[in-house]
Amino acid sequence: MRFEGTAGYVATDDLKVAVNAAATLRRPLLIKGEPGTGKTVLAGEIARSFGAPLIEWNVKSTTKAQQGLYEYDAVSRLRDGQLGDARVRDISNYIRRGKMWEAFTSPALPVLLIDEIDKADIEFPNDLLTELDRMEFDVYETGERVIAAQRPIVIITSNNEKDLPDAFLRRCFFHYIKFPDRSTMEAIVAVHFPDITGQLVREALNIFYDIREVPGMKKKPSTSELLDWLKLLMHEDLPLDVLKSRDTKTLIPPLHGALLKNEQDVMLFEKLAFMSRRGGGQG
Amino acid sequence: MFLNFLTELRVAKIPASLKEHLTLLEALRADVIDFRVEQFYYLSRSCYVKDEGLLDRFDQVFGKVFKGIETIIDTGTAEIPEEWLRKVAELHLTEAEMADIQKLGSWDEIMATLKQRLEEQKGRHEGGNKWIGTGGTSPFGANGYNPEGVRIGQDAGRQGKAIKVWDKREFRNLDATVELGTRNIKVALRRLRRFARDGAADELDMDATVSGTAKKAYLDIVMRPERHNAVKVLLFLDVGGSMDPFIKLCEELFSAARSEFKHLEFFYFHNCPYEALWQDNRRRWTERTPTMDLLHKYPHDYKLIFVGDASMSPYEINYPGGSVEHWNEESGETWLRRMLDVYPAAVWLNPIPEASWGHGQSIQMMKTIMEDRMYPLTLGGLDGAMRELTRAR
Repeated sequence: MRFEGTAGYVATDDLKVAVNAAATLRRPLLIKGEPGTGKTVLAGEIARSFGAPLIEWNVKSTTKAQQGLYEYDAVSRLRDGQLGDARVRDISNYIRRGKMWEAFTSPALPVLLIDEIDKADIEFPNDLLTELDRMEFDVYETGERVIAAQRPIVIITSNNEKDLPDAFLRRCFFHYIKFPDRSTMEAIVAVHFPDITGQLVREALNIFYDIREVPGMKKKPSTSELLDWLKLLMHEDLPLDVLKSRDTKTLIPPLHGALLKNEQDVMLFEKLAFMSRRGGGQG
Repeated sequence: MFLNFLTELRVAKIPASLKEHLTLLEALRADVIDFRVEQFYYLSRSCYVKDEGLLDRFDQVFGKVFKGIETIIDTGTAEIPEEWLRKVAELHLTEAEMADIQKLGSWDEIMATLKQRLEEQKGRHEGGNKWIGTGGTSPFGANGYNPEGVRIGQDAGRQGKAIKVWDKREFRNLDATVELGTRNIKVALRRLRRFARDGAADELDMDATVSGTAKKAYLDIVMRPERHNAVKVLLFLDVGGSMDPFIKLCEELFSAARSEFKHLEFFYFHNCPYEALWQDNRRRWTERTPTMDLLHKYPHDYKLIFVGDASMSPYEINYPGGSVEHWNEESGETWLRRMLDVYPAAVWLNPIPEASWGHGQSIQMMKTIMEDRMYPLTLGGLDGAMRELTRAR
């Protein structure tokens, strides 16, 4: 069982090594990186490449670690008790399974994605330490012990909003997805748009990397924005000269809405374009 | 196995423990990688480093520990026959010999000559000063001494890369010890925000109270920290010195986080705070705030952050009348201590790299007065400073 990237996802060598190490030893893999570099997509691609079911646990600021294991719905049991419902005798009727329980008892080996773990409370990762380490936990209400039949492949993503505790980090493999360089980016584009012309890609990438270099941008465009923009460019079927003729007069790229997601960034580019026009007029 | 590597990592302050090391060995035994040095580099990086800020440091340690290993593993498929280039004994040149080596000329000339030599050359050659081979003093080949030498073979191995992956040091600007700049200002801001959210009062948690009550069958009141900003900060900035750009950066940083603080006040000083401070640099002589008023106006739960290079003549700190700008009745140290007495939570951020602090006497003095609470103006330093400020007292 080896991960070599998929038809729809370009994995760099270092990413492959990290994924394979995590999948072989069944330790969690912690993925960090700039937004839009494909952290979340990765889990889906790993699942597809191993033919495993994907179980997604999207973490929010209100998510508690316990919710991933199970929840005991005491309120509805209280209500049922008042209504004289017979179900109330069996407490397990009110235990709702969480994503980790689901992953532990899945018949086929699953890939469990814990997405954006840093969104949750600072204690969240600590509360999952033993559960992720031993892949088992107790249900206090019923006295049942849930043990993973086979250790799931766990992928955890983080956007660096909070530091994760050391004890948690020690149990993970770590990979930082760096922003793809040009050749990797060309491979990514080729995977998504097999019939795109080489010249369009070249011109578009020139503009794209230039934009990323502009100092003072609030939100740099990332891979996902580039792909959206290329899709638009292909759809609109713009003549190539429009992309090429961007020397001084038109600094703002065509269909920039897909690349620049921030009003201030668009203003910045308009200002730059204005300045270069004025500078061009004088020189 | 590789214990030396682990030790070197720990020396470089990468928090790798036995746990990570055993994981690495386990992964090696499980044949996760095939035995290529890049793969080993990726695997060990994934095991040992858990913070992108440390990746660059890891690259350096890796390069140091495994220096030379790649030449054994790399089979090399460069155009030049590999046997010529196989590493020979270390080259020992005397001073005189080094001086003898003449530079051939421009790059083009070297390449042209190389081409010519390649055509002439018939066999392996070592240690000469004209032919292509290893250990020689000709500009061609590897491991030789010539300032304009061309590297052939060796690293230009299988993948045609001239530089090893870890030698590229791609993660350099993620290092937490580099000074604050536009790239990492966002991260710094996030840290400040987190700092600003600390220490809030409790409020009633409705949901938890309802479910707690249902669970226990009696009224169970649950409180939780209010999502509200409670941190109050007085920021003191040293202006009018070589560090102005950094001070400016710091000022912008805190202004950007301003909405997150309950109160944030700026004050300026020059070199060392004395009996008066000012809030507007254009009116620094006309509108001054007596430091004594400031001590009385702001309650002691304010947190002080000084930003300055603390580089001045020692007299400016510990003698009355030592200030370079005016006659001060009492020494800077007296005033600083007065401020620290009122506000127990205080730090000093210094834009000068920490490594050079030992060279400045005044920096050491300031650090002593601050009871070691001086931090470099880096992401790591900012983190440490914020942690110090939020520490329970």
